[in-house]
Amino acid sequence: MKYTLAVLVENRPGVLTHISGLISRRAFNIESIAAGHSEEVDTTRITIDVEVDDELELEQVVHQLSKLVDVIKIVNLTRVDHIERELALIKVKASKVNRSDLVDIVEIFRAKIVDVNRETMVVELTGEASKIDALCEVLVDFGIIEIVRTGKIALSRGPIAAKEM
Amino acid sequence: MILQGADALIECLKQEGVEVVFGYPGGAVLTLYDALYNSQFPHVLTKHEQGAVHAADGYARVTGKVGVCIATSGPGATNLITGIATAYMDSVPLVAITGQVGVSLIGKDSFQEADICGITTPISKHNYLVKRAQDLPRVIKEAFYIARTGRPGPVVIDIAKDVFAATMDYEYPTEVSLRGYKPLFAGDEEVLRVCLEELRQAKKPLLFVGGGATISNMAPEIRKFVNATGIPVISSLMGLGVVPGDSSEHLGMVGMHGTYAANMATVECDLLLGVGVRFDDRVTGSVEHFAANAKILHFDIDPAEINKNVCATIKVVGDLAWSLPLFNKLVKDFAPDIKEQTASWREQTAIWKQDKPMTYKSREGVIMPQQVIAKLNELAEDAIVVTDVGQHQMWTAQFFNFRQARAFVTSGGLGTMGYGLPAAIGAQIGLPDKKVIVFCGDGGIMMNCQELATAADNGFPVKVIVMNNQVLGMVSQWQRLFYGERYSHTSLKGRTDYVKLAEAMGVTGFKAEHPGELEDILKKALATSGPVLVEVALPSDEDVMPMVPPGGCLDKMILGEC
Repeated sequence: MKYTLAVLVENRPGVLTHISGLISRRAFNIESIAAGHSEEVDTTRITIDVEVDDELELEQVVHQLSKLVDVIKIVNLTRVDHIERELALIKVKASKVNRSDLVDIVEIFRAKIVDVNRETMVVELTGEASKIDALCEVLVDFGIIEIVRTGKIALSRGPIAAKEM
Repeated sequence: MILQGADALIECLKQEGVEVVFGYPGGAVLTLYDALYNSQFPHVLTKHEQGAVHAADGYARVTGKVGVCIATSGPGATNLITGIATAYMDSVPLVAITGQVGVSLIGKDSFQEADICGITTPISKHNYLVKRAQDLPRVIKEAFYIARTGRPGPVVIDIAKDVFAATMDYEYPTEVSLRGYKPLFAGDEEVLRVCLEELRQAKKPLLFVGGGATISNMAPEIRKFVNATGIPVISSLMGLGVVPGDSSEHLGMVGMHGTYAANMATVECDLLLGVGVRFDDRVTGSVEHFAANAKILHFDIDPAEINKNVCATIKVVGDLAWSLPLFNKLVKDFAPDIKEQTASWREQTAIWKQDKPMTYKSREGVIMPQQVIAKLNELAEDAIVVTDVGQHQMWTAQFFNFRQARAFVTSGGLGTMGYGLPAAIGAQIGLPDKKVIVFCGDGGIMMNCQELATAADNGFPVKVIVMNNQVLGMVSQWQRLFYGERYSHTSLKGRTDYVKLAEAMGVTGFKAEHPGELEDILKKALATSGPVLVEVALPSDEDVMPMVPPGGCLDKMILGEC
């Protein structure tokens, strides 16, 4: 089972080391992890996608992470109505011949072309992970040179912030 | 008050009530040592940084105070690692202060640089890298607070060399503000009522006490509970002494080398009340079959311990200092009923205890290891007993009757060989009026034997019993039982004369080789002032029994002579 956790941590050096260190030493299976600033200057928000066998294992992940001194709060977003997004940049081969085909595909996926040169294009896509996977699958035929993905971020719907949940 | 970083640090230590620090100087902490020199702050110089950290650990375990050690950057700090990990596994409050290279040199592979925060992250409760002098008071305040509150543990403060020399406006903070660290004290009282109901239903309840009971100083409450209800008690290695070892309700240590009665009771009980325990694999054997007929009530301060190894029926999360007094109040009125309805169960456990007590077979003309422990149990019943790790550690757990909590100091979780001697020195400093006895194997003593010199040079009167069976006992026992008697590199037959080794470092040495002389020599050792080492010659092939093979069920013990 997959769960999405919003982890609010102190914005301090070493915090990510503590989190990633804990995840690896407890052998937790993390699918993605994305960190960035939050609405508060001294708080970093990390979205962790964790794959566990059961609720007990999830409880372990949450409790162990909570023990870290710099972890302020953990919210299990899986249980609340929420939005998930991931951003991908995909560099794909684009010759004169197939460029227009590519543009069509990009259009269909509501992606954006953010860089073009004589041989390649960079496509930017925001969406759920499955949508990015689907685009990548189509682009394989053109020849993907490289992909970078941010990892999933998630936010609850409605007026309440994670720090107040 | 304008102070230099190093002086400020010492002020902070005084504010925290630190009585003594254990350490070893070096380049990155020169300024700090200069401040120690000026302030005459009590400092114990060990012979190795590992000795310093284990001594701080031993000091912390017997006193319940935070142990403090200091090491320099790089190799000094990396020498602390085993000790920090040892303290972490056994939840010992420790503050380890390490020097770091100067701020401008960090990350440049500078001389004696090592990333101590990176290295200690998985083995410490928390750690800090201090690069600005003005952060020092806050960091030290937080470090001590984190180390001793909640579930205690080691905290590392890595301080850049220039911080010690920088001046700052010193003021010690009165309060700690940590958004992500709110150690839990009180939990849900309602859950305690549910526990009481379960307890009243139970026909075969069993109390299982662990290190948490010692750490929270709750031995008196637990004894009160046991006296009132008459419920039989088993202990983990770390829980020995919480209930007097010789009390009729105490069935002994449970687990791999637990007593027959404790292990059978665990298999048969219908309610297991785990208090400050973490259901380590050395306790449970096969997790699937562990207390399979029982509902498990798990009392612990650390929510992450609940359902980690064993699933609890009811969890009581909170400080034992909160839950146990309350639970005792609730139980009080029903205690006589509980005592009555569990009478036949108590009888059953007493029969197990009587039928298969901890015993061993004597051999003609040979001192048996168990006999050494049992003899010292007679001669020094109020002693603080420290062990190293291995067979002698298990024999000590089995054959010494611990009467008080905090009277048994041993590396339980990490199983650190070389721990015993330095930890004994720390314990002795913490409790200068107590007799401190440390049992070591001939393997473990050599891992930190340099600390004999620390004991001698400072006159710390620890009594070191070297249980010399000329093998790496526990490993060779496994080779005998599970590896077809192929004794790969476990023979320690060598030319070391332990008495001479002791004498060379200024420690009085005795040697006991025959059963007839054992008692006299032990008495002589105990009566001799200053540090003493007694080498006891033992047979090489004695096994620690009973034994539950790893991953086995607790009722499938190899009993040996037991």
